[in-house]
Amino acid sequence: MTTPADTTPLPKQPPMRFAARWSRAWDSDLSWNFRHSPVAVAAAVTAVLFMTLALLAPWIAPQNAFDPGAVNLDDGFLRPMEKGAKGMTHVFGTDSQGRDLLSAILYGSRVSLLVGFASVGFSMALGVTLGLIAGFVGGRIDALIMRIADIQLSFPAILIALLVFGVGRGLIHPTQHERMAVMVLIIAIGLSHWAQYARTVRGATLVEKSKEYVQAARVMGRSPAAIMREHVLPNVLGPVLVIATINLALAVIEEATLSFLGVGVPPTQASLGTLIRIGQQFLFSGERWILFFPAAALIILALAINLLGDWLRDALNPRLK
Amino acid sequence: MTQPLLSVRNLRVEFPNRRQNLVAIDDVSFDIARSEILGVVGESGAGKSVTGAAIMGLLEPPGKMTAGAILLDGERIDRLDLGAMRRIRGKRIGMVFQDPLTSLNPVFRIGDQIVETLHAHLDMSGAEARARAIALLREVGIPAPNSRIDAYPHELSGGMRQRVVLALVLCTEPELIIADEPTTALDVSVQAQIISLIKSLARTRGTSVMLITHDMGVIAEAADRVAVMYAGRIAEIGPVREVLKAPRHPYAKGLMGAIPSLARVNDRAAPPGGGQGRLTLIPGNMPRLNAIPAGCAFNPRCANAVDRCRRDRPGLEALGPVQVACWVATGQA
Amino acid sequence: MIKSPLIEVEGLWRQFDVSKPWFNRIIEREPRRTLTAVADVSFSIERGETFALVGESGSGKSTIAKVIVGLLEPTLGSVTIDGIAMSDPTMVDQQLQLRRRIQMIFQDPFASLNPRWRVARIVAEPLRAFGLLSNAQAIDGRVSELLLLVGLSPEDSSKYPHEFSGGQRQRVAIARALAAEPDFLVCDEPTSALDVSVQAQILNLMRDLQDGLGLTFLFISHNLAVVRHMASRIGVLYLGRLVEVAMPDELFDAPRHPYTRLLLDAVPDIDMTGRVRTTVDGEIPSPIDPPPGCSFHPRCPLANGRCKLERPPLLPLNAAQPTGRYVACHAVAEARG
Repeated sequence: MTTPADTTPLPKQPPMRFAARWSRAWDSDLSWNFRHSPVAVAAAVTAVLFMTLALLAPWIAPQNAFDPGAVNLDDGFLRPMEKGAKGMTHVFGTDSQGRDLLSAILYGSRVSLLVGFASVGFSMALGVTLGLIAGFVGGRIDALIMRIADIQLSFPAILIALLVFGVGRGLIHPTQHERMAVMVLIIAIGLSHWAQYARTVRGATLVEKSKEYVQAARVMGRSPAAIMREHVLPNVLGPVLVIATINLALAVIEEATLSFLGVGVPPTQASLGTLIRIGQQFLFSGERWILFFPAAALIILALAINLLGDWLRDALNPRLK
Repeated sequence: MTQPLLSVRNLRVEFPNRRQNLVAIDDVSFDIARSEILGVVGESGAGKSVTGAAIMGLLEPPGKMTAGAILLDGERIDRLDLGAMRRIRGKRIGMVFQDPLTSLNPVFRIGDQIVETLHAHLDMSGAEARARAIALLREVGIPAPNSRIDAYPHELSGGMRQRVVLALVLCTEPELIIADEPTTALDVSVQAQIISLIKSLARTRGTSVMLITHDMGVIAEAADRVAVMYAGRIAEIGPVREVLKAPRHPYAKGLMGAIPSLARVNDRAAPPGGGQGRLTLIPGNMPRLNAIPAGCAFNPRCANAVDRCRRDRPGLEALGPVQVACWVATGQA
Repeated sequence: MIKSPLIEVEGLWRQFDVSKPWFNRIIEREPRRTLTAVADVSFSIERGETFALVGESGSGKSTIAKVIVGLLEPTLGSVTIDGIAMSDPTMVDQQLQLRRRIQMIFQDPFASLNPRWRVARIVAEPLRAFGLLSNAQAIDGRVSELLLLVGLSPEDSSKYPHEFSGGQRQRVAIARALAAEPDFLVCDEPTSALDVSVQAQILNLMRDLQDGLGLTFLFISHNLAVVRHMASRIGVLYLGRLVEVAMPDELFDAPRHPYTRLLLDAVPDIDMTGRVRTTVDGEIPSPIDPPPGCSFHPRCPLANGRCKLERPPLLPLNAAQPTGRYVACHAVAEARG
């Protein structure tokens, strides 16, 4: 594991440590830049609010949207703010099954965000590792990894995800499909985005590798793995953070697209994409709210995350070169 | 007395940021006479490049000139609009930077770049301009200019590129050349060639040069007068021989003592490691712009500092052939 | 027993493949191209001395440094440290031990310290890597000691590199090198990125450390004045080959090789002695395609037909009474110069 030196408290004043760190972070240029960018603050507030609400869905949603028993078929197609049979006000109305849309959106965002975060984490781990190895080791391994990345980047991400998803489902026993659907989706979306991380990290690694602090570590006889992990990795993560933020929005949209196409999560665990697919069936029969609210939720979420990513990229830009 | 070509009066440049207002140049005044080479020397952060940028009107934002005046041939050029300033930069003031590639377009042949510049400023036919370009390349010492004129910048060595930049600058026959570390990126033997080229151009064409460098050796070779800068101020200015051989300002003295020399043999007996004895030191570091001390900026590092040095800022005062900003040296402590 | 030199470099060659990628070579029908950075270089360094290598860009001085510290493998030739050949596969254990005793100080103190690490961790890295200390408290104590040794304060250990000036960073880099308790320091242009007043501080510090700790230095620089100040023996490199080896006073008072003379002549006359300079035309040729014969002949005022064909070997200046002074020049050997 990494050496503990940079976290070991100094002999004196250990209680000061947290406060000092906090004030340093607050005083940093990044934080100052953030506080003086209204768009970034608004986007961050929206995104955080959205995520909190989604996370707390089981406790704050009026209805358990994933529980068929909680839904009353007689409440189908209620307009926004209409009262249902049990006297419950459906703020966003209900769908054809009588499911409360507000609850469905809260639960659906939960699924969307889970898939988004997990697939970004997966593609980031994969891409950063491969990029680091390609850049640091070089030679044939580099050529192999980067050619695979090039090939993958020449296809649209959604196509890759569809392919992986199809193969994944083919490999899994049909009785397991529902249970494994989210997992397969995460892997499919994750695999469609790793190449971007790998490219960025490889480029940054090539730059860092030639710097003298890496040579100094080699003179000390540190192993390549230790140098990659302790020296190079922390110095290439800046741009990765930007890509990850922007990719989070992309992954949420990609998940929605797959679910919209009907290959994503099953309707029993409806995500935002599933809700939009359901909603679009009623677009021309007048019940527009069934499409409108899930679609608006997806747009607000994706926009907020994207704006945050844009701000982050600009704020870190001088160091990205 | 004739009017100097360039006159900088009480120049002050500030870089405001969200925390404080950094004063990069504080009350700097100097003149450059026609066909004179003024060396501006100092360590990194002393403000020498910022001074050059201020004269050219090329301060990087958020830097801005907040006081003082810059006069070219008696006319103020610090308040001109962008277009007028650009015309002066293109025509009357030439610029040479450390990296010649900042001035050369990598996708055009060097000859085409020179010809284009000639067309832009002088009314010339194509054949005339090409002949003039070859003549210029020959003047800056490019061997076989007839064939090199069709080379791309990347096909030339660093020294050759710097010569091409000089040829490009000479196209418009500027009155003043501001050269910011023109030899720093070059090898010693090539550096000597470029220095003597700049010198001979100033002599034969009567061009004035502001030569910005951190290298005292370059100053010693090329400059007529030298300004030693410290923390955004001029510490000492005068004829190069006087300042280098008998510096009056304690910082200039320390700087000269700190330079290892080929000729100077130190009298300390050789220690076991061999070689010569110790170099004299200026203790400490140059202050950061956000922590420039009150009074004389050099006082915390100065062995001679007295109370007045910590209280009042010394201005440049004549002391024999030079001007020095030091209370002690000028006998006013 | 005769005291062996600490470092012996024998017939060292180092080439780099600078060909275009395989695919481009096939399409453009270009052969492989190699750059010879170091060609047939031999020298030895005695304990406690400061051997300086001086040369301009492309002279191969940094490549030699990297081969000695083990960052690069030699293409041909050997490096022997304290009697142990670094390429001998039967001595791997001893070689690992030796690695600790050879440390390096780099040119750019803004690149040689990991910007994400605190000074304490940077200076402690060799202590942990070589297993010199394992107890956290002992490591903290040693780091403080080392920081004091290089003129910093123990409080600096909690700072990040960007909080320091260039000179202070170079002090941190020196403390890190010393943490390994080396005998031998390879200093690759240690002051060329620093301002003059800071350069003087670092040079003095290095001299003090050498006297105090009995270190041996390989000092690499393009700055002749700095080399004269530091070295006890100097080797002049041109296009990857040693052209002259001499004691500083000999070299600076009576340079023999025409390239050494050119180099000395090119140094600006800072003392304003009124010395007349003869600037030599031309620039260093590309090391990918060096001239045949003596590689300096296209710029050499003394070159004749032999110089264009036959490469001069590095020979003792006075074969009858070897003084440790060597020159590789036909003109000098034939007493033409």
